Amino acid sequence: MPGASDPGFDTLALHAGAAPDPATGARAVPIHLSTSFVFENSEHAASLFNMERSGHVYSRISNPTNAVLEERVAALEGGCGSIATASGQAALHLAVATLAGAGSHIVSSSALYGGSHNLLHYTLARFGIETTFVKPGDIDGWRAAIRPSTKLLFGETLGNPGLDVLDIPTVASLAHDHHLPLLVDSTFTTPWLMKPFDHGADLVFHSATKFLSGHGTVIGGVLVDSGNFDWSAAHAASGRFAELAAPYDGFHGMVFSEESTVGAFLLRARREGLRDFGACMSPHTAWLILQGIETLPLRMARHVENTRKVVAFLAGQAMVEGIGYPELENHPSHALAQRLLPRGCGSVFSFNLRGSREQGKAFIEALRIFSHLANVGDCRSLVIHPASTTHFRMDDAALAQAGITPGTIRLSIGLEEPDDLIDDLKRALKVAEKAAAGSGAPR
Amino acid sequence: MELTVAGRKVYCYSGGKTFDAALPCVVLIHGALNDHSVWTLLARWFAHHGRSVLAPDLPGHGRSEGPPLDDVESLAGWMVALLDAAGARNAAFVGHSMGSLIALEAAARAPQRVQRLVMLGTAVPMKVSDALMQTSQHDPLKAIDMVNAYSHASTAAKPSYPGPGSWLHGSNRALMRRVQGGQRGLNLFHHDFGICDRYAGGLAAAAEVHCPATIVIGARDQMTSPKQAATIAKALNARVQSVDAGHMMMSEAPDAVLAALRGAVE
Repeated sequence: MPGASDPGFDTLALHAGAAPDPATGARAVPIHLSTSFVFENSEHAASLFNMERSGHVYSRISNPTNAVLEERVAALEGGCGSIATASGQAALHLAVATLAGAGSHIVSSSALYGGSHNLLHYTLARFGIETTFVKPGDIDGWRAAIRPSTKLLFGETLGNPGLDVLDIPTVASLAHDHHLPLLVDSTFTTPWLMKPFDHGADLVFHSATKFLSGHGTVIGGVLVDSGNFDWSAAHAASGRFAELAAPYDGFHGMVFSEESTVGAFLLRARREGLRDFGACMSPHTAWLILQGIETLPLRMARHVENTRKVVAFLAGQAMVEGIGYPELENHPSHALAQRLLPRGCGSVFSFNLRGSREQGKAFIEALRIFSHLANVGDCRSLVIHPASTTHFRMDDAALAQAGITPGTIRLSIGLEEPDDLIDDLKRALKVAEKAAAGSGAPR
Repeated sequence: MELTVAGRKVYCYSGGKTFDAALPCVVLIHGALNDHSVWTLLARWFAHHGRSVLAPDLPGHGRSEGPPLDDVESLAGWMVALLDAAGARNAAFVGHSMGSLIALEAAARAPQRVQRLVMLGTAVPMKVSDALMQTSQHDPLKAIDMVNAYSHASTAAKPSYPGPGSWLHGSNRALMRRVQGGQRGLNLFHHDFGICDRYAGGLAAAAEVHCPATIVIGARDQMTSPKQAATIAKALNARVQSVDAGHMMMSEAPDAVLAALRGAVE
């Protein structure tokens, strides 16, 4: 029922959370670069601190510009609210730290961004939070890994770097059967390609650095709550989530799930995690991400269109094998992608280059339009060699479990003319081919 | 806190403070397919400013045991029984939407127990269109989306509720779905809309109300339009306060509603 009362996605991308500024009439969202906000009087101050009134106190906790971004991303995802964070990693940490503590356990997909794997496998373990990794498609593995101490199931919509599509309906159902929430990293897909909440996920986070921004200028994250997970019921059934369903000494014995039936998670995350860990977003960053989101629908459509053309080109090249794009029929997640990602599978994918390590190096260094760097989701096309960069901390076994080989090349297809991108790749492949003749050492 | 009314467990939010029956009491009654959490900020404010607060989940809603009661009259009697259970002699009754009808009927039935009457987002009669009644019966999730859309006047209500960063459309949709899902085997949405639609005793009740009454209207309310509130306002000789919001005025304009309630309750 789209219309003024129920705006569609493209309208929300421009308007959700923002109205003309009441003080100045400014139509664009103002950047509120202010650490703090003046109280009307002492009574107003006390009522803000005590959650008797809504408003801004200090920009580590909330800020008017950030609030526009938070409402907008929540609107696009179909959630009840969100929290902007300093980075995608900060968003993941905030989600975990809100629900888990020493002695807690997480079940995670093994197909993860290297930074997320590092956080779960090494860093959180140092704080007593253990993670069991399972292949995203191994549903029995997910089930078997759940323990009484498990607090969370976690995966990426499109697993990094092989683009395994997470079977969100099945994993979410499994999680709910055990009174657990499913957290999903939706960075690669954005809500334009898929809304994980529609498929049963409970929490979503983004590295907003990527497609939500699109311009590659700022680091940021957003953690979104669907409002659908019943923390009180889960607490009653399993004893878990006292953090949300039992009195909290850090806020006068507040029981967050009583204060807000659907927003308890975000209340605690903001009033504890953001307050105490402090990984907040700069309002300037929030403003820049908002500029990106305004064109998200247009950009995502073009990203997908360009990617399909590049994938079709690469599929016909003798030096290329194992293109990991779920729209290809030979991809293990093809059927799932058709069901969950009908608009497309994004613009980040990997392939294997036949030949030696020297040829791989020659290929990357010969590219002129593609930039060799550690990022994805930029409006410019990007290339990287995961085994030596984003996933360098993983040993060979972990690399293999994540579907990465030493010859894997990852591309992030941007918004350039697709013919120019194909020309760039064609030329680099020729250089790589000649490098083989020079080295005489085929792999 | 938990109370027992008519042998059934009732959840009552008390605004973050222990309920004290010795203090002047404010009762906050939610509307169709909602629960106590639509009142959080207001409840906390009153509870921390010299009042005791009872914001119950109505029978069969949220955390309160069912079954849901079938008409406004039964719910009004239940509200008075709730006062007894809490040990409160009397109270200011504040109701939103369906809750406003319950408050009105309670004020008529128990004038000695209801000291102030405040009706938010109200209309008497509160007829529901045939199309919406049918949709709520046959496709309640679609009806929830329809009502949710028409209950909000803005996609940028500030400073949001219960705090910045909340997306009000998403929050209310999730709440309605949660409350609907809490009653297996019963379409609570259709049940609640039926209660509103069938209530025919509003004007007769108004004639029995003797306490000061206030009507708070949302200037951009598409569910119970400001025009529809005129009849009951006249019948109650009520003070009328307008806030710049839609039907979900407690979340779209929490400060303005607080200002209106302070004037109405104190």
